[in-house]
Amino acid sequence: MREMWRSMATQRWRLAAAAFFGVIAAGSTVALMGTSGWLISYAAEMPPVLALGVAAVMVRSFALSRSVFRYLERLVGHDAAFRGLTDLRVRIYDRLEQLSPVGLLRFGRGDLLARLVADVDAALDLPLRVVLPWVQAAVVSAATVAFLTWLVPGAGLALGIVLVIGLVVVPWIVARIAARAERRLAPTRGALSASVVSSLDGAADLLAFGAVEAAVADIDRRDAELTAVAKRESAGLGLGVGLSTALQGAAVVACLVAAIPAVTEGRLEPVWLAVVALLPLAAYDVVSTLPTSALAYQRVRGSAQRLNEVLDAPDPVHDPRDAEPMPRPPLPLRCRGLEASWPGGPAEPPLSGRTDEPVLRGVDLDLASGERIAVVGPSGAGKSTLAMVLLRFLDYTGSVELSGTDIRALDSDAVREEVGLLTQDAHIFDTTVRENLHLGDPHATDDELRAVLARVGLAAWLSHLPRGLDTDLGPHGAAISGGERQRLALARLLLAERRLLVLDEPTEHLDPQAADALIDDLLTVTAGRSTLLITHRLHGLDRVDRIVVLIAGQVRAVGTHEELVAQGGWYADRWRAEQERGDLTALMGQIPAGTALVR
Amino acid sequence: MRPVDPRLLRYARSTRGFLILAVVLGAVVAALVITQARLLSTAIVEVAQGRASLSTVSGVLVALAAIFLARALVSWVAEAAAYRTSAKAKAELRAEAIDHVLRLGPLGPAGRDPGAVAALVTRGVDALDAYYARYLPQLVLAVIVPLAVLVTVLGADLISAIIIAVTLPLIPVFMILIGLYTRSRVDRQWETLSRLSGHFLDLVAGLPTLKVFGRAQRQAKAINAMGERYRSTTMGVLRITFLSSFALELLASLSVALVAVTMGVRLVEGQVTFSIALFVLLLAPEAYLPIRLVGQHFHAAAEGLGAAEEVFALLEQEVPAGGTQSPPLRPTIHLDGVGVTYAGREYPALEPTTADLPPGALIAFVGASGGGKSTLLSVLLGFVAPTTGRVRLNDQDLSETDLTRWRAQLGWVPQHPQLVAPGAARPTIRDAVRLGAPTADDARVTRALADAGVLAEVQLLPEGLDTAAADLSAGQARRVALARALLPDPQVLLLDEPTASLDGVSEEAVIAALTRARDAGRTVIVVAHRPAVVDVADVVVHVGSDAVRDVVALPLPELSRTTVTARDF
Repeated sequence: MREMWRSMATQRWRLAAAAFFGVIAAGSTVALMGTSGWLISYAAEMPPVLALGVAAVMVRSFALSRSVFRYLERLVGHDAAFRGLTDLRVRIYDRLEQLSPVGLLRFGRGDLLARLVADVDAALDLPLRVVLPWVQAAVVSAATVAFLTWLVPGAGLALGIVLVIGLVVVPWIVARIAARAERRLAPTRGALSASVVSSLDGAADLLAFGAVEAAVADIDRRDAELTAVAKRESAGLGLGVGLSTALQGAAVVACLVAAIPAVTEGRLEPVWLAVVALLPLAAYDVVSTLPTSALAYQRVRGSAQRLNEVLDAPDPVHDPRDAEPMPRPPLPLRCRGLEASWPGGPAEPPLSGRTDEPVLRGVDLDLASGERIAVVGPSGAGKSTLAMVLLRFLDYTGSVELSGTDIRALDSDAVREEVGLLTQDAHIFDTTVRENLHLGDPHATDDELRAVLARVGLAAWLSHLPRGLDTDLGPHGAAISGGERQRLALARLLLAERRLLVLDEPTEHLDPQAADALIDDLLTVTAGRSTLLITHRLHGLDRVDRIVVLIAGQVRAVGTHEELVAQGGWYADRWRAEQERGDLTALMGQIPAGTALVR
Repeated sequence: MRPVDPRLLRYARSTRGFLILAVVLGAVVAALVITQARLLSTAIVEVAQGRASLSTVSGVLVALAAIFLARALVSWVAEAAAYRTSAKAKAELRAEAIDHVLRLGPLGPAGRDPGAVAALVTRGVDALDAYYARYLPQLVLAVIVPLAVLVTVLGADLISAIIIAVTLPLIPVFMILIGLYTRSRVDRQWETLSRLSGHFLDLVAGLPTLKVFGRAQRQAKAINAMGERYRSTTMGVLRITFLSSFALELLASLSVALVAVTMGVRLVEGQVTFSIALFVLLLAPEAYLPIRLVGQHFHAAAEGLGAAEEVFALLEQEVPAGGTQSPPLRPTIHLDGVGVTYAGREYPALEPTTADLPPGALIAFVGASGGGKSTLLSVLLGFVAPTTGRVRLNDQDLSETDLTRWRAQLGWVPQHPQLVAPGAARPTIRDAVRLGAPTADDARVTRALADAGVLAEVQLLPEGLDTAAADLSAGQARRVALARALLPDPQVLLLDEPTASLDGVSEEAVIAALTRARDAGRTVIVVAHRPAVVDVADVVVHVGSDAVRDVVALPLPELSRTTVTARDF
């Protein structure tokens, strides 16, 4: 919770003001009932009408101040909470920035990330639904008890005891019951969820094999279990409101029992009796929201715990205290005995292979300035790990040198000033085409932007956009196709003018024709620039200077396309398989589309 | 938002019973509230006017305590019933949604992936708890209690009744007026708001990219500025939305104050008695309280109804009506210009295709990737209805055929087989293979695995048939899926790239299995991407289009390639 408290504490004065308004609003609620009761009781003694004047004014003003101050409390409280939220977001972002991307891999999937952001937003509830209600209830309770004690000490004591139960014990019980119910529901709900997911994922298989009914029956069985557990827990979950009402009754009756003898014995003027009965009734209305607050507190704490898991994750990369200056260009790359593994075991390793086992095992690699090499191999060979190392996102052993200086001795941000990366899932921001491109070069003119879009084959695309460079691309670049997205990301990378380009499976999510077209264009625009192309498809590799075959974290072969084809092995097998597709294409040429050839 | 969606009563039937219970309990609550006020005012007035002592009012106090206990009990029963109803209603919605989604076919509901549907029917509908436990009972109370209080006050004191009767309807009227007045402003601001709240997520999701471009550390200011805009926009919305609850509270408390003050004046003038005045004062706030509480729970309820409405949207997607005729055995399958264009798509997923697929033949579908080969298999399985042309089994249209019985003749190996088994969280190889024939013994399972050319590898696994299917390699899983298709002895085999991710030896085993199946008289239809499969085919169907269509790869303009090279390095 510490981060949330700290961020909200930056708004302590605004929150104090909100609490003040809230106390007045809640106090007015209680005072409205008290003065009304007094007014009626006093009027029953038939004094002159004018004598009612002060009480009548008080009743009206409490009625007014209750609503006005409640409104103010809400406005000021929400304003403060949102300010605190902004502070928290900056803090969390700063930490995420240090961890990204490798330290965040375990949160890497979109929905988990969305959950993380939702957990940050949950901090709003801390002041609004937890702190402010509790402060109001406590202050108003204390004041009511003090007033009653002054009137009838016994009634004050009785109300005090009941209110403490209402302030502390009932919320605690309600929270405990809810937590227990959740513990019992969670496993059954998990089992049901797993069954639902596997049935929906495998819907086609189930349908084709006539197994839908069996699957539905299984889900029904698990659902019945869950419903049975939920029904068992319902009695406990419903207890909160009932307890509050019972306590309210106890407070009213106890206060009357204490006050009635005081009236008959003449210690208390009869006009106060109604006040003694009405105050506990009203005070309990203020306290009765606290069980809900207790539940809100539990939710906030859960969010805080999940945030802490992120904040306390180990740093994936350690920057040197005194970074060496970046060597002057050209910047030849040289790796020797490079080993790397994924820290802390991401929940879903991007590569097969077990946690903490090195994914790269003694890789040697040379890339002269202006040279282009391809790194190929089956999935799980460690190709993407290599990209992470070169971008200084991941620590390693062995050496990775730019112009003779190990990149661990350099500032990691400085390394990324020289080494650029295009991944299979480059992020397109929810903003305009221009803003997305300006990420690469904030000073590029519109003409330069158009020129670079043309180079990556997006000239026609741009001309079809409704508002040109000002077109909004929507959340996650939803408005554009996979191929366009990768080309846009490539344009952005070209604008950034990095000396060494790392292209990590840039065609991964594209269909084969689009992938081949993108590779062709990619090889054209990177001509003459130091480039490391990581891929598992072999199209176009006859155009690079050298090909490195990486299998199970080790370099198995190095050579040109022709050499590797002649040499045999993984590359040659793969190449033949891709060629066979060409043979099929020839056969298709003999059969008109949409018709059959009978042999 | 309608307070009670009639669809909820239709799909979640337990809601009806609960509504009746809520009305009954609401009436009980109203009676208790009125009795409580009566008892309390009696006790106070008797003692204050010196007519009674603690011992003489002790009976009234005991009755008062009993009333409070009864109220506690009723609210406990109501809330517990609400949670029970919620659990049942969720289960009812879930069952209908899942059944419906599965009947919609493997493509599922439009615009929804299976993960989202699963999340909706499990976690999503949990939001209904608040709807049932808080909102719905309160809504019933908000109708019954104010009316009951009003009638009671009317019996006691006309002027107070008039004050309440005039102010009560003002509450909804004011809320509607404020709502109407502010709606367009609020709508506009919500739009900005949802954009801004998505922004932080966008930044976090784009962090790796920002880091690559060295811009990650410069975002703190942007987040601050964004947060500031988010706050000011939100406050703009809240200032207005809080206004309606302000109006509500103000009306309620001013009415109570008005009742109290007029009562006071009339007491002094001797127009009413102390006991009636106190009784009315105690009752007046109870008329407004349930209405205020409904307002408070509105948000939570809207969330629950929102989830329910998403479920209703699923349930309202029409399930294609299947045919009823029984399929002919081992028919010739005629494709008469069969084509598929999905709704909302510009290009067809399958161009019109015409071919006759005789029984007992090995038929290969070839074509460019994305040309519709898998779609054609989906049409044959009855998962997708052709949008042009038709499929005939001998002379019977597939659309008039009972699909369940037709599928019983088919064995299918999808491109990405899901090795599922109902009831098994981690299905074993045995479970997975028996999907179409749950009663098959190990001898038949073993034979099917042998036919699929994967038995030797399964026997090498330490746990053999008991190995979890999820632990198999992609190539093994594919052949286990072939075994699964072979086990029920199908008349027609449909295979989607069965030799993908297989090495040479395994590929030969699969091709041998296909030719064996053909020689045993089965129709074998296979989507092929390797010549080895096409070589053994009797019929080759070219699925796809002759036209080259590539919307992604646009031509590179020659000129601009050279104009920017100055900036290359």
